[in-house]
Amino acid sequence: MLTKRIIPCLDIKNGRTVKGINFKHLRDAGNPVDLAQRYASMGADELVFLDISATLEERNTTLEMVLKVAERINIPFTVGGGISSVEDVDRLLKSGADKVSINSSAIKNPELINTLSHKFGKQCITVAIDAKEIDGEWIVHLAGGSIPTTLNVFDWAKEVESRGAGEILFTSMNNDGTKSGFANVALAKLSQSLNIPIIASGGAGTMQHFVEAFTIGKADAALAASVFHFNDIAIPELKEELQNNGIPMRL
Amino acid sequence: MNVVIIDYGAGNIKSLQFAFNRLGVEAKLTSNPNEIRAADKVVFPGVGQASSAMEMLKNSKLDLVIPTLKQPVLGICLGMQLLCNSTTEGDINGLGIFNTDVKEFSTAVKVPQMGWNTITNLKSELFNNIKEDAFMYSVHSYYASINAQTIATTQYDLDYASALKHNNFYGVQFHPEKSGEAGAQLLMNFLALN
Repeated sequence: MLTKRIIPCLDIKNGRTVKGINFKHLRDAGNPVDLAQRYASMGADELVFLDISATLEERNTTLEMVLKVAERINIPFTVGGGISSVEDVDRLLKSGADKVSINSSAIKNPELINTLSHKFGKQCITVAIDAKEIDGEWIVHLAGGSIPTTLNVFDWAKEVESRGAGEILFTSMNNDGTKSGFANVALAKLSQSLNIPIIASGGAGTMQHFVEAFTIGKADAALAASVFHFNDIAIPELKEELQNNGIPMRL
Repeated sequence: MNVVIIDYGAGNIKSLQFAFNRLGVEAKLTSNPNEIRAADKVVFPGVGQASSAMEMLKNSKLDLVIPTLKQPVLGICLGMQLLCNSTTEGDINGLGIFNTDVKEFSTAVKVPQMGWNTITNLKSELFNNIKEDAFMYSVHSYYASINAQTIATTQYDLDYASALKHNNFYGVQFHPEKSGEAGAQLLMNFLALN
């Protein structure tokens, strides 16, 4: 049976992890390669690296990091952040990334999804959607959730699917950072109206939140950052808890 | 050992090369028929769209080389599918090594299948030291139907052939290079084949 996926997300700047990371026995928590290896050995099903670099120079450092991660890690990983062209994707895949995640560039130029999906295959094209619920309507946001667009999330998600995305990474900006649970109602609506996998993101605080993302939110995968980085939730225990709640896991 | 990965422009093969490196083997990327014929082991990868991959294969005349190979050959993902009789993805004929056809999953399930699923009914030395129901990572929208050459099955939408074998040709639908320890074991088993 296909299992549900647990995905730690690492923010990367200039080839280093940037969010506070609190792991004992890790010599260098800023080293994404060591951290990735650690998560892989703990049973993470995939990894996501979000590049928040601002300059071209920093981006090139990230490319070197991707190569080093690919050399060491034997589980799949996705790289997102600042990807806006065929060349960007080509460089990342050639450096060993398994998938790329695009966000703002897809909103500005939706045709990019078709182009990338056709050239590289839909299996490696994830479209990230950052959204906020405003007066009962879910609105797509740009620039990490700070700029609202005129797009309705469910309409945009449908378009993204029809243009050839292989997967959607849905982040609720209402929930992100709150540790109060995922946006399960919106997630379930997305998951049931689309036929591609949905990754839930934003709001993880407890193991129960993950249970609900799968049972109520109908997500195919759940992504989180700080609860893993600060060791609030250990991946092996989380996956066992999920399995005990009837959610199929790779254990 | 002389291991080559057939490089015909289809998809990301860096991670495959790295997976062999981790086993201490330098796998060479090549599209040169002589190098491919001379290798001890040949890996035939592929991701992306079947008809454009087949076109690239034909452009480099590798569609004529691959079926004549005598050493162990491992098709991975789309590589495995192209070794089958036909695929409905672009409605093309494959290389006809595996006597089965490739079709798309129904809309009863999410497509592509993306993630870790189990392999069962394991029947080959390719699975030495890999237990029944081991987890492998897959990402695909099309599957090969079970036939007499099936050496592993997986359930998604229906039971399908997740691995095939015919003489010196092996095919796996999943990505051993991305499937943790079990995947690494499978690549080691492939390297150990005669």
